Amino acid sequence: MRKWKRVDTADGPRFRSELEPHEAALLHNMIDSVLEMLDGRQAQSPADELEAITGIRTGPSAPPADDTLARLLPDFYRADAPGATEMPDGIGPADFNGALRSVHEPAIIDAKREAATRMRDTCPRDGGRLELTEADAQAWIAAVNDIRLALGTILGVGAGGPDLLPVDHPLAGHLDVYHWLTALQEYLVLGLMGKRA
Amino acid sequence: MAASAPTKPADQRLTDPVDAVDSPWVTIVWDDPVNLMNYVTYVFQTLFGYSEPHATKLMLQVHNEGKAVVTAGSRESMEIDVAKLHAAGLWASMQQDA
Repeated sequence: MRKWKRVDTADGPRFRSELEPHEAALLHNMIDSVLEMLDGRQAQSPADELEAITGIRTGPSAPPADDTLARLLPDFYRADAPGATEMPDGIGPADFNGALRSVHEPAIIDAKREAATRMRDTCPRDGGRLELTEADAQAWIAAVNDIRLALGTILGVGAGGPDLLPVDHPLAGHLDVYHWLTALQEYLVLGLMGKRA
Repeated sequence: MAASAPTKPADQRLTDPVDAVDSPWVTIVWDDPVNLMNYVTYVFQTLFGYSEPHATKLMLQVHNEGKAVVTAGSRESMEIDVAKLHAAGLWASMQQDA
């Protein structure tokens, strides 16, 4: 992967780069994994006869049991937050979170799915040159962010950034991928901001 | 710098006699070891229409102090903001302003 080259055209900026075949395969694998996780979560939504009639979707009220998915879909209210205020009307934090989650989670999953799907559709499966529109690039940075959040959770990335792992560590390869994705995202954001890397 | 979007709804609410009794709600973004600094700045700019200096200031507050209030307003509008931030992968929550 080379850095992104921003080219300003009459139809808006374009972002060009090139992927090795194995890099493209890796990106597609990771996008598919995130989409699978989101699909699995969406399948847990309660079936609702009202939904069929009104079209208003309801998501699950409980947070995901899995750490990775829980990081992608956090609570709306943090009872553990420093300086957290009492809930109004005596509602418990779990009930408040459950209510907000069931209302908003379907749309959050939709947005994540849209970004991941757009990235999948604009990432050449066998590698080679690629050119993204601004909207494509915005989908890429969001989708890559979700992949990094998932990997970061699995790798236990802490406040000091990812620690270096010895080369023979079973997760060392994953950490290399994480760093590679970090650079890919960083340079694409700089391009979107119109800054030179 | 253009007036930032978050203070506007809050100001309007203070002059609204119906809602003046309720404390406004705020959306807080928390520091996260994965999210990149420039990505967080870019998300603040694109989601809330903040200028780059204002978005950068908020991002640095998240980075240095562990959190920053990024928007304020009605409970309903904070729900929308938190949902947008979660969609972008940022760690955000809402609470009633003390």
